[in-house]
Amino acid sequence: MPSVILRTSARPLLALMLVFSLYLLLRGHNAPGGGFIGGLFAASGFAVYAIAFGRRAAEAALRFTPKAVLGAGLLLALVSGLPAFLLGEPFLTHLWWSVLSTALVFDVGVYLTVVGAVCAFLFELTEE
Amino acid sequence: MEPLLAIAFGVILAASAYLILSRNVLRMVLGLILLGNAANLSIFLSGRLVGPTPPIVAAGIDALVAGAANPLPQALILTAIVIGFAFVSFVLVLVHRAYGALGTLDTEAMREAEPAHEPPQPTPVTSPAPRKEAA
Amino acid sequence: MDGLILLLPLMIPLAAAALTAMLWRSVRAQRAVGVAAAVALLVAAVTLLVRVLDGGVVASQMGDWRAPFGITFVADRFAAIMVVIAATMALATTVYGLAHDALDRERAGFHPLFHGLILGVIGSFLTGDLFNLYVWFEVMLIASFGLLILGGSREQIDGALKYAVLNLVGTTVFLIGVGFLYGITGTLNMADLAGKVPLAENRGLVSATAVMLLAAFGLKAAVFPLFFWLPASYHTAPPPVAAIFAALLTKVGVYAMIRVFTLVYGGAAEWVGPVVAVLAALTMLTGVLGAAAHYDIRRILAFHIISQIGFMLLGLAVWTPLALGGAVLYIVHHIVVKANLFLIAGAIERAGGSYQLKDLGGLSRSQPLLAVLFLIPALSLAGIPPLSGFWGKLTVIRAGLEQGHAWLAGVALLVGLLTLYSMIKIWNYAFWKEPPEGAPAVSGLTGRTRLLMLAPITALAAVTLTISLWAEPFVAVSLEAAAELLSPTAYIAAVLGSPAPGPTVLGALP
Repeated sequence: MPSVILRTSARPLLALMLVFSLYLLLRGHNAPGGGFIGGLFAASGFAVYAIAFGRRAAEAALRFTPKAVLGAGLLLALVSGLPAFLLGEPFLTHLWWSVLSTALVFDVGVYLTVVGAVCAFLFELTEE
Repeated sequence: MEPLLAIAFGVILAASAYLILSRNVLRMVLGLILLGNAANLSIFLSGRLVGPTPPIVAAGIDALVAGAANPLPQALILTAIVIGFAFVSFVLVLVHRAYGALGTLDTEAMREAEPAHEPPQPTPVTSPAPRKEAA
Repeated sequence: MDGLILLLPLMIPLAAAALTAMLWRSVRAQRAVGVAAAVALLVAAVTLLVRVLDGGVVASQMGDWRAPFGITFVADRFAAIMVVIAATMALATTVYGLAHDALDRERAGFHPLFHGLILGVIGSFLTGDLFNLYVWFEVMLIASFGLLILGGSREQIDGALKYAVLNLVGTTVFLIGVGFLYGITGTLNMADLAGKVPLAENRGLVSATAVMLLAAFGLKAAVFPLFFWLPASYHTAPPPVAAIFAALLTKVGVYAMIRVFTLVYGGAAEWVGPVVAVLAALTMLTGVLGAAAHYDIRRILAFHIISQIGFMLLGLAVWTPLALGGAVLYIVHHIVVKANLFLIAGAIERAGGSYQLKDLGGLSRSQPLLAVLFLIPALSLAGIPPLSGFWGKLTVIRAGLEQGHAWLAGVALLVGLLTLYSMIKIWNYAFWKEPPEGAPAVSGLTGRTRLLMLAPITALAAVTLTISLWAEPFVAVSLEAAAELLSPTAYIAAVLGSPAPGPTVLGALP
């Protein structure tokens, strides 16, 4: 049974890590960071949660099954490459509108893929 | 520096070959991890050790400064590390399940898929018996 | 527009894998997506082939990064043919998979893994970059690991472990070879390598990389003496999985071998031909002799994959347009026939209750249609005229004789004879002899299952018959593909643009 300290801190830690992972994701645009490291950070938040409350609770906290999150990420990454075709550019040529860009959509896709894949892994290995 | 790393590459490769030849599956997995590291080291060496400066083009300049590190091998290695990580974790889970299901880590004893003795040979084929005509 | 045509065969399986993963909880929805994606993939693949046959090589640079620096996808005739045949197999096995009531397997992720496998295979065919080829190999591998252990029986875990470890060693050796090649030339774009490898000064190191790639692809293709993983694992997989493995995985190795040794090494490694000739002969012989010793249908078929790989390598060994054309034709024929035989093995098991020849019998009477459908690919595999295997073997053997490789042609003919022996063995035991005493009389091959199993088998048999009886256009396209492989100027021009850019600065030779 995990300690009281872990169980008390896991919930705020998860929230904090999710917020920070989003910060890392957005920061990746112009500075070190990005979807991959952000996704890993979010997944480790869920890992702490799973260690404290067990696999079921972590799955419930994620809302969707990790595989679905992974799939959504892949789909988002794929979709981010499509607008290039409208302009006759090769696939994955990214388009920019001041701060918004298809590259950001791609990065969000990477983020979700990493969260999904790592969580799928961790939940399989976590004892109930 | 380069000769030293080249020798390290050779040593790691030899150690991984030794481990992979082992009959114990866990040692084989350790050998695989080492082999992956040897591969990464070889890519890193292939890019030449040109310098420690990060390969970032500063604002207002349109070329890298001399002595900047070669970024391509780093990108390749990063990809290879991520892939290698996924594979090693998969194989570890597989080894764990194999130990649970087969009760051994010795490859010589793992004969589930290829039994040492095939089922006995079937009886020789005889020509099909004449059909029993319905009277 | 060309970029879209080129990439659709990649985007469809990627989207299908993503969507089926998102629909994790609903197997019914996954099946619908799977079938729709397989149909769409076939349409996209045929469109690509038509485009390539009409207008020559198509290339596209991802993210608009210019050729030797970015990731290139490219399709010449050989690649486009392989994509079409892979898409055909994907559709056939998807439909067949519907008949296999394997709800547990489907809940555990059969559909996302299956489309991931197709994605990896098609990516390997279309990529124009050596490191990217490694990545697609790994995509294919991880999906195949997953597919192989779905169900998780003791037999499967044992087979999967050997498969996983040996294939990982192979891809890592490939990666080391890629690293060395980058060290020599400073590039990994295959079209760019084609121009730079012949100029490299360190010939010994170039040969060393060639050996590493030969070993790595040889392991993937199950070439003698690196074939052990194949008969250890393939027969443990369920029929639709075994069929798609048998159809595509080893052929990706053969494809990579042909692509790399024609394009990257071109004439730069002359020793490859004779070495491959010896390997091909030994591969053919070990495979066919291994098959003769077994009495489990799936194990017989698995060993025959190995022996057929030898035939495909003959094209590389003889190294003439005719031989390579024969190899291309043989690959197409083999993929269709071999996948079909594995599908039929599944149907035999359903009808007779076993894969063991001694437990089977009397199927020619109880399943006459299945018996006829078995004979078409079986005789084609053995190379009986006028079936498709005959044309492939005729072309390859003729090319061998023209170049004075009489012994290779002799081995190939002997192996053909022994293949016929194995096929007759299956026919005699499973279809012709009386069912053994006490065999279960119940046949599971009825109703909807029968329709869903026999429809893809019939369709693939029809493809075989088409190649057999209307061989002329297939031979012509194969020969064109081979000519393009041996003089890849169009390929290089399509990737690099007409004036080849100057040498890369980073990572160039000091």
